[in-house]
This record gives sequence, structure tokens and C-alpha cells, in this order.
Amino acid sequence: MKLNQLTIKEAQEGLRNKKFSSVELTKACLDQIKKHNPSLNAFITVCEDSALHEAKKADIQINNLTIEQFNNYPLLGIPIALKDLFSTKDIKTTAGSKVLENYIPPYNATVVKKLKNAGAVSIGKTNLDAWGHGASGENSDFGPTKNPWNQEYVPGGSSSGSGVSVAADMCLAATGTDTGGSSRLPAAFCNVVGLKPTYGRVSRYGVISMASSLDSIGHLTKTVEDSALIFNLTAGQSPDDATTPNKKLPDCIKNLKTEVKGLKIGRPKEYFTQALDIQIKCLTDNALKKYEMLGAEIVNISLPHTEYANPCYYIIQPAEVSSNLARYDGIRYGNTRDEFGDEAKRRIMLGTYTLSTGYYDAYYKKAMQVRTLIKRDFENAFKKVDAIVTPVSPTPPWKIGEKINDPLKMYLSDIFTVTANLAGIPGLALPIGFVGGLPIGMQILGPQFSEQKLFEIGHAFEQETMFYKQKPLLR
Amino acid sequence: MNYKPIIGLEVHVELKTKSKMFCSCKAEYFGEKPNSNTCPVCLGLPGALPVPNKKAIEWCVMIGQALNCKINNFSKFDRKNYFYPDLPKGYQISQYDAPFSHNGYAILGTNEEKTPESKTDSGQSTYRMFTCQARMTAKRVIRIRRVHMEEDTAKLTHIGDNSLIDFNRSGVPLVEIVTEPDFENAKEVVEYLKILQQIVRYLGVSDADMEKGYMRLEPNISLKPVILASEARPESKKDAGQASMTNDLPNYKVEVKNINSFGFVKKAIEYEIKRQEEILKGGKTPIQETRGWDEDKQKTVTQRTKEEANDYRYFPEPDIPPICLSESQISNFKSQMPELPDIKLARFIKEYDLTRYYAEILTREKRKADHFEKIIREANKNNISPKQIANFIVNEKFVNIEGKEFDWTLMSPVNMIKLHLSLNKTTSIDEKALERAIKNVIAENAKAVENFKSGKETALMFLIGQTIRQFKEKIDVKKITEMLKKMLQ
Repeated sequence: MKLNQLTIKEAQEGLRNKKFSSVELTKACLDQIKKHNPSLNAFITVCEDSALHEAKKADIQINNLTIEQFNNYPLLGIPIALKDLFSTKDIKTTAGSKVLENYIPPYNATVVKKLKNAGAVSIGKTNLDAWGHGASGENSDFGPTKNPWNQEYVPGGSSSGSGVSVAADMCLAATGTDTGGSSRLPAAFCNVVGLKPTYGRVSRYGVISMASSLDSIGHLTKTVEDSALIFNLTAGQSPDDATTPNKKLPDCIKNLKTEVKGLKIGRPKEYFTQALDIQIKCLTDNALKKYEMLGAEIVNISLPHTEYANPCYYIIQPAEVSSNLARYDGIRYGNTRDEFGDEAKRRIMLGTYTLSTGYYDAYYKKAMQVRTLIKRDFENAFKKVDAIVTPVSPTPPWKIGEKINDPLKMYLSDIFTVTANLAGIPGLALPIGFVGGLPIGMQILGPQFSEQKLFEIGHAFEQETMFYKQKPLLR
Repeated sequence: MNYKPIIGLEVHVELKTKSKMFCSCKAEYFGEKPNSNTCPVCLGLPGALPVPNKKAIEWCVMIGQALNCKINNFSKFDRKNYFYPDLPKGYQISQYDAPFSHNGYAILGTNEEKTPESKTDSGQSTYRMFTCQARMTAKRVIRIRRVHMEEDTAKLTHIGDNSLIDFNRSGVPLVEIVTEPDFENAKEVVEYLKILQQIVRYLGVSDADMEKGYMRLEPNISLKPVILASEARPESKKDAGQASMTNDLPNYKVEVKNINSFGFVKKAIEYEIKRQEEILKGGKTPIQETRGWDEDKQKTVTQRTKEEANDYRYFPEPDIPPICLSESQISNFKSQMPELPDIKLARFIKEYDLTRYYAEILTREKRKADHFEKIIREANKNNISPKQIANFIVNEKFVNIEGKEFDWTLMSPVNMIKLHLSLNKTTSIDEKALERAIKNVIAENAKAVENFKSGKETALMFLIGQTIRQFKEKIDVKKITEMLKKMLQ
């Protein structure tokens, strides 16, 4: 096993026991990037010099710290990639768009600060659909990212580069954002684990805003345990983000159980309709059978307003996008507005329209009211079950170019993921198998602030199936 | 045809909080090096988020309470979306339909003994009571529509073809106070502004200097035709002698910007009223527009007219959770308010037996009023009345050793009393010397003595005066009077 193929947990152990150094580990990741990024296009910026510098520093620290002290820096010497929406001080941050192609932030996003404080080595900025607008990675102004399992196919988006960099072992974890599924979909399409935390659980400060009431700051990892580890570091109230509540954070990695006996898992019928690819339906139902085998109870439930979620999302999200993109006027930083790509322009126009006088009540306000109904669907469901399992995508990964000329078709790939963002609840996506050689994922949804439970439920399935041990064949 | 001005006022007050409205940058920007107090938030950098300033919100509520407003238990911030180089985010965080305070009032004419009674078009029952009271006491009621919180924009400076932007002012807390169109002339507007300025200075929430831009105003001015009885139809001749007005507001209004001093307020409004009157008299309607006051030309000028009215696409600010204020929190803010100027004025008149004139001078600034009361407490120990102290302070010119005038509040109460006593000190005089002096005066002023004996009181005054002149020092007049009277018998 090459060093870059390790999980965070495995790398931690290796570094702690001085089996290898951070420099060796980082070099292994950088080599992988050098070899495969030209074809996969997962990175916009690779921080080779600074990463090695940080790795060297980490090695010195590792040598000087006691085991106890070492445990205070859970990511010491571990190479992490950052989605290019995360502001990194003095390192170019483009949002995947030509508008910011040369923008260098003067400050770090709060999550970046936290990961660095935990000792992480920042290996680079990953590619994405520009501004987070997309479900395939094809909307990047810097070329599409390819799925490492079959490079003719999309890796899912908008955190496409993050999904691929983890799946292709170019790093041990990558940050992502999830506004309508942007961390869960690439996780599902790349055979990795993707977390969308509860809205407000993780500070958004420094992460370029897409839709402020829907954006959730997540991450992609190889295993569920790694995901819990990162969540432990990024979550918590922050004085720089007024939407982070003062809610106690449990230690999600301590005592990560695999016990699901007695747990009630909901299967919502609205997610298993004709719209769902039959093979994905099979895999998902198999996953549920597995949970039954492990002692959980599968409960049929209904989330009656599911069909309104996507239209609702595509009214609220572009509205907030149109406002959040207004600052990119080219006066203080960045290039001018004519550099916006087609999808960005599309959403700006849609959003401006739905907020304008005479249309606000019929669109934005109405959509916000429907949103409350969707939220209530989940609240009612969670009175009956502990968690809900659904597919992440109605279809397997599609071919690059297949949906790009049909924006509406592209929007429909979000039908199962937008519900969690509208309701503000957390979702954990993890692998459940393959269709035609391409990864498929399921998502576990829980009530607000139930991430610990999601990790446990996910961990149980993962330990039973070990899909994460499968790696894509890269030439 | 006569026209009556219909004027509404929008006033922006900059709060003197330590930090800006949504970030912890320093709020004080006057005289600072450009772009020296900025951060990702007030620069609108990608990824920055607003976190509201709690103190600013408290102060906004207090201003609302001082203006007799209802305070909302539930309020929120909204985004006002528009593009301008001084607006870094492309939207201003403001309040749209759930402001902190609404439906208040300010009363004018409290400083005049008599003001002509005037009618107000109040259609709201809440204000009928106050309007009635106002009518009874001949005061004018200006209704406050709302008092809300927002953030200031950056400052633009134009030099030749270049425009420079200073973001020090971007994000500074701004309270917006909007009145109903209840003003009828420039004088009322000036009075209202002075009251508002005094209130926010009393509350300690703003220096409200118009010259420094800490208080800005935008009047909305239009004219309404007034039909005189002589021009009215026969049926309405019942209201003989009274003017009747149409109940609708005019179908246009002109906003005036860039008025930077009290002096210009009166000039700008009066110019605008005249300008509109001329247009209306010519049978046309003034264009609905925004005009700017040109200080050099001493007139209002058309600012670049926008093609269409701005659609601000207001929606609730998703980055800031709504603010819920409980009744106890609201009453807590009220209890923290200092005594307001009009209450203090009334109390000074009553408690210290002062004239309105003296009380007004002494309560003009809270700092001076507070110091005055400290002096009063010291004066009580020396049996000096508040009236005497007031008289002393208002009329005396306080100069230091170099002969330069100084602020009397810089004197400690103890020193003030000492000064008062020394200036009014009467030297005790030898009784025998006084007797001798009076004997002289009586001898030398036989006619006056005769006049006094025949009942002329003024003669006594004359004799007292003459006695005083006999001495270099100040003598207790009472003593002189007593002795004189005795010796004249």
C-alpha cells in the first residue's frame, strides 16, 4: 500500500509511530497529483512548495511532541485538499471562475484556520463547478474534472475536484460545500464518504457564498471514521458567523459504535419512484436489507412534499445567488462581470427575476413557505424513525457532455439531495456498490445536530461492506 | 390658488459605537487615513459574513423609545440590492418590513409660549389623542413612521475623471428615522432637527454633527393646492373663513439631498417650495425626482435622473437570524435611558423655579445640565438658591487668568460656589461708619429726604444709592436700607 492510499486514521498511526514522515506522505500525494492531475483535472492550484514546507515543520513537531501532545493535533502532517471556494491566505482562490482567476485572499476561512491549527498540510485547491453551480464538475471555467473510475464520465459536483482528489488518493481528505448536494453527489459518484453537516454547524466564514440559507460546509474522506474526525475539528459555534448556534458538540470519534440494533431506519417512498434508476433502487434496497440483518428496523415512511423540493430549491437558491454574486464588480478585486460563465448568468437572471417587485410573493416568498412544509415532513418523519436512507442520485454518473446542454436535465439530478438543504438537516453519503463500473452511493439523513448518529449508522454499514478498499484503476 | 407644503423627512444618524455595524472594525472614521479601518466584512470580500453589533441595536431601540415608538418584539434585517461603487457587497443590509421601532411621534412648539393652531391630517386613531392634546396646548405633532437600523456606505471622492473610494465609513451603524409628511414649512423642519439632534446627544448615541456628516437629512417636498372659501362652491360656504383641503397627497414628491448644515436646511426647503409653486402655477406638475442642494449656486439642481425607479428586491437577510426582543428587554432599555430633554426642561422649571428661558439654556446640553445640578447641590449647603446660581451662570462671563473665556462646566461645584460667594461678598462695615455715612447723605440730600417723607419710595432708592457711593467696597444693601429707614424717622 502506498502512503497516499492510507486513511487519516492509518496515517495518524504511522506518523505517531514514526513508521514514515509527513514529508514522505506529502511527497507521495504530490507524486500522485503530478501523475494523474493532468488527465483528471482535480486541482486548480497545487501548493507543492508550501506543502513540503508545512510537512517538514510537522515532522519536527512530531519528533518533539509527546504522544499526549500529538493527540492535540489530530491532522498533524496529514495532507488535506481545499475546495477552491475556501479562502486561503496568500493562496489563489478562484471559485472555479475566470472572474476570480487571479484573486488572492488576505485571510483564511475559519475552517481552513481550524484544520491548519490541527496541523494539516494544505496540498492544494480543488476544481469545482464555478461558484458551486453544478452537479457534474463541467461548469468549471478551468475545464471539467474527470471521474477516476471512468474518465469519460462525470465525477459529480460541485465539489468535483474534492471527490476525485480523495478517490484518486491525491490527498487524505478534502473540504467541500453542500448547497443542494454538492458534497454528497461527488462522494456517491467517486466511491468516497461525503458529509453535509446540519446548517449552521460549521462556520461559513471565508467560504465563498453561494446560497446563504442553504450552504453547508462539509468534507469528503475515504472512511466514515475519517469524516467524524474532520467534523470534530470543523464544527462548533463561531463568532464570525451569526448563523452558528451555541449547541454543544459531542465527540463524534470517541466510541464510534457499529451497533445499529433497535435503530429505526426510514425508507421514504417518494425517493423510490419511477424516476429512480432500477439498479440504484436495487443497491439501495440491498443496503437497507443489510441494516435489517444488523438488527435495525426498516420503516416505510412518506415525505409527501418531496416533489416540490427541486422547484422550491431552484427558486430560493438562484435568488440568494443573484444577491451574493453582486459584489463581483471588478472594482476591489477580480475581473469584471463579463467573465461570468453561462450557468452563473442563468442563475443570476433567474434569481433577480424571482426577487423582483410583482414576482417576489409568487416565487421567493411562496418557495420559502413550501420550504417550511418540506422541513415539517422531516420533523414528522423523525418522530417515527431515527434516520432516513435514500439514494443520492436518481441516475448513475453520466457521460461528460451528456447533460451540459440541457440545464433543466442537469437540475433534475438534485431531486434527492436538495431536500436536506431546504430542511437544514445533516446527510452522510457513502458507497453502496457499482453500476457499470461506476460508483453508487446512498445518503443517511438525520434530524438537526444528529451527525454522531449518522456516523455510527454509516460506520456500521461501511465496516460490513468495505467498499472504500476498492480503488479506481489509474494509468 | 394657494399651495400648502407637504414635507416628510428622512434623517440618518450615525451611531458612535466602538465598532462598525457588522464587523469589529473601528467605527470612528473622521480624519482617519483612508482605508485604514477595514476588514473582509466591510470590504465585501468573497466569503465574508456580517455579525450584528448588539450595542448598535440597543441604541437604535432607545432612539425609537425616545421618539415614543412601539418597539417590535420580532424584527429582522433585509437586503436592499442595488449597484454602486460605494456599496461593496452590491447590497446594503437594512430593514424593510420589520423595523425595530415604528409609529412614534415628536412634538414641536414646546418652546414657544404661543403657536398658531394648525390642523394635522392624522387619520390614525392612535395619534388623535396626542393631536387633541397638542391642539389644546397649541403644539404640533410630527408622526414618526419608523426608526430602523442599517449600515453606511463607503465614501466617494471625485477628483477630475477619477473617483476614489474610502471604505473606512463602509459598515458604520446608521439609524434611519422616517417621518410622515407632516411638516408644513422649513421652520418646523429645523425645529424637529434640533430636537432630534438634542435627543440623540442626550442619549449619548451620536454626536449628530451635520457638518461632519454624522446626521444627514433628505426632505421630501411637494405642494398641495389649498382651496380658499371664497373660491369654494356654495355648499361649502359653511366653512367661511377656513381653508379646506383635498384629502389626497400630491401625486408627486421631490427628494432633496446634500444638505449639510442647519443654515442650508431652511434655504433649500424654501427654494424648493418656491420652485415647485412656480411650476404648479404654470399649470404643470413638478417632475418626481431627486434633486441636490448646490451650496455655491444656492439652489436645488436635478441630479442624474434614473431611468426607472430602483427595484431593491428586498428579501430577509439569510446571514443574520431574526432578533427577538422580550418585553422585559424592551423595558430594560427604556430604564437605561437618561432623562430626556423635554422632561428635564419641565423639571428644571418646576423644581428650581427657573424661567423657561434659563431652563432651556441650562438643559440644552446634558453635560451642562448635569453639572448645573451638581452645583445646585453644593449651593444648597451655602443657602444659595438655584435661581441665583442659574442667573449667575447664564449671565456671568467666565474668564481665566489670561483673560480667555472658558467653559464653566470645567469648574468644580465647590469652586463655582466659592466664586459666586466672593463676587457677591459684602464686606461687613463698622456700624458707626455707616451711621456717619448716612448722616452725611441725609444732610446733603434734604430734598430727597423730604420726598421720601412725603411718600416717594424712589427717594429711598436714591438715598440708598448715595450711601453705597460713600463706600468703596460692596456693602450689604439690606443693612443700609434698615439703618436709613431708622435714621429717617
